[in-house]
Amino acid sequence: MTRMTRMTRTMTRKRERALFGVLVALGLLVLFPVLYTVCNSFMSPEEVEAVYGGGQATFRLFPHTFSLAAYYDVFLASPNYLFKFWTSLLLCAAITIGQVFVSIFGGLAFSKFHFPGGRVLFCLLLLFMLLPTQVTLLPNYLILDRLHLLNTWWALLLPAVFSPFGTFLMAIVFQNVPRVLIESAYLDGAGVWSVLFRVMAPAAKPGWVAVAVLTFVDAWNLVEQPMVFLSDPKQYPLSIFLATVSEQNFSLQFVCGILSLLPVSLLFLFWSEELSEGIAFSGLK
Amino acid sequence: MGFFLALPILCGVAVFYAAPLCVTVWFSFTFGAGGSTFVGLSNYSAVLQNPRFLLAAGNTAKFLGLALPAVLLLSLFLSLLLRRLTFGSRFLKLAFLYPMMVPAASSVMVLDIFLSDTGIFNDILLHLGLPMQEWLQSGWAFWILILLYLWKNTGYSMILLSAGLQMIPDELYSAASLDGAGAWQKLRCITLPLLLPSLFFAFVISLLNAFKCFREAFLLGGDHPDDSIYLLQHFMNNNFQNLNYPRLAVAAVVVFAVIFAVTGTLYGLWQRAQKRGDSLD
Repeated sequence: MTRMTRMTRTMTRKRERALFGVLVALGLLVLFPVLYTVCNSFMSPEEVEAVYGGGQATFRLFPHTFSLAAYYDVFLASPNYLFKFWTSLLLCAAITIGQVFVSIFGGLAFSKFHFPGGRVLFCLLLLFMLLPTQVTLLPNYLILDRLHLLNTWWALLLPAVFSPFGTFLMAIVFQNVPRVLIESAYLDGAGVWSVLFRVMAPAAKPGWVAVAVLTFVDAWNLVEQPMVFLSDPKQYPLSIFLATVSEQNFSLQFVCGILSLLPVSLLFLFWSEELSEGIAFSGLK
Repeated sequence: MGFFLALPILCGVAVFYAAPLCVTVWFSFTFGAGGSTFVGLSNYSAVLQNPRFLLAAGNTAKFLGLALPAVLLLSLFLSLLLRRLTFGSRFLKLAFLYPMMVPAASSVMVLDIFLSDTGIFNDILLHLGLPMQEWLQSGWAFWILILLYLWKNTGYSMILLSAGLQMIPDELYSAASLDGAGAWQKLRCITLPLLLPSLFFAFVISLLNAFKCFREAFLLGGDHPDDSIYLLQHFMNNNFQNLNYPRLAVAAVVVFAVIFAVTGTLYGLWQRAQKRGDSLD
């Protein structure tokens, strides 16, 4: 009898290893485009030209000669890329911070307070969450024109800061924070703001971290809005700038790819745990 | 106090989401500069007969009809597999989630290297003596866009469904095993019904993200891509550039109405399923 269970146990152990192997292979396949970019970023510009330029491209995962020349060209030789990089980063950081605060306030209002019309307004918010960008792009253009914000980065910043998704996510996350926690803080004589920032915000950390990361990724990836709201391509943030520059500066395209992967990957590295916890939370009502 | 806290988001949404939606609806019923003359439904009948619109609507419907079930099935399958692992599932989940972070510019760059006319895939075909393909300027483009969508969005749904799976108590499964239920029966009678809220939420998120897929389609194919990936977003974008506002507005209203109807219907079905479940208890 015990031999039987031991045998089935080793069987399941073996099957689990096989399953793990299959899933790891799948994971590597999923990560392949990024791995390819990372490996090829250490190619010298001349080798990139030879492998991918001039007629037929060939597959080469590992460069024949290791070189940092492309990194030098992008990061040090000229300020062009880095200037775009830092200004775009600033824009995305501003959008993210704005959205996080708006979402925390809004989420708290809709989850822990009752006010006339609250439920109806929350449902309306969900409705606007379903709007694809393209539906509101044209009227937004006209409204931003009225506000004299076209052709400035405010046109990219303001609509993104007030995206309703963050409020929705925070409302769900705050709903799971027990009322007792707030009431005991009130009894200890804490004011509204200190309850919000000392009790609620820490308790809902995965929620607002997820909002921050998702907002940043979206902002770092803006394509439609800059092309519509900004008439001068010189003003385009890095997301479009790189797509246009890779055609001209062919040999530097992999390092440019790294440049655009860098901030989002660092965010992922530090906060992936909170991100997936926050996403998981948002689905559990 | 609550209203005061909600004020920033309400004002912002009013200005940048609600007002634009109203303007769009107004434009769809009018003609002339700034929507000067009311023309009733004539814009609608014109757009609904426009061959480009019909092509775009058909493609978008086909894209959503294939990509959404595929992303839900794939993420359900992955999360069921990952649940069986006693080790390494945390790391694997992060690997599957990571593509969500990759900016369109980076993913399109790699795709271009592999799939352009002089790209790596064609080089391989050349060496194998097979005819080369115009991957991005032919019917292949549609399937490439679907794969790109799955690559990017399966991780997010997988996290949502894994969280839903974790909430299902183990006792249910062991009780079912005692009653002699097989794996398939357990999936159909325990897992799927209890996972319904997570599935609904994953569906909504996947739908929202499906419309963001236009970024990749646009960076890959430009204003006028192959007919197989000419989506409603291209139609709207091109009419914006032609300054044909009524046409754009009609398309936008139709898109919104369809999204609203689909999520509304599914929500209704879910609520009914839940009520039925409650009454069974």
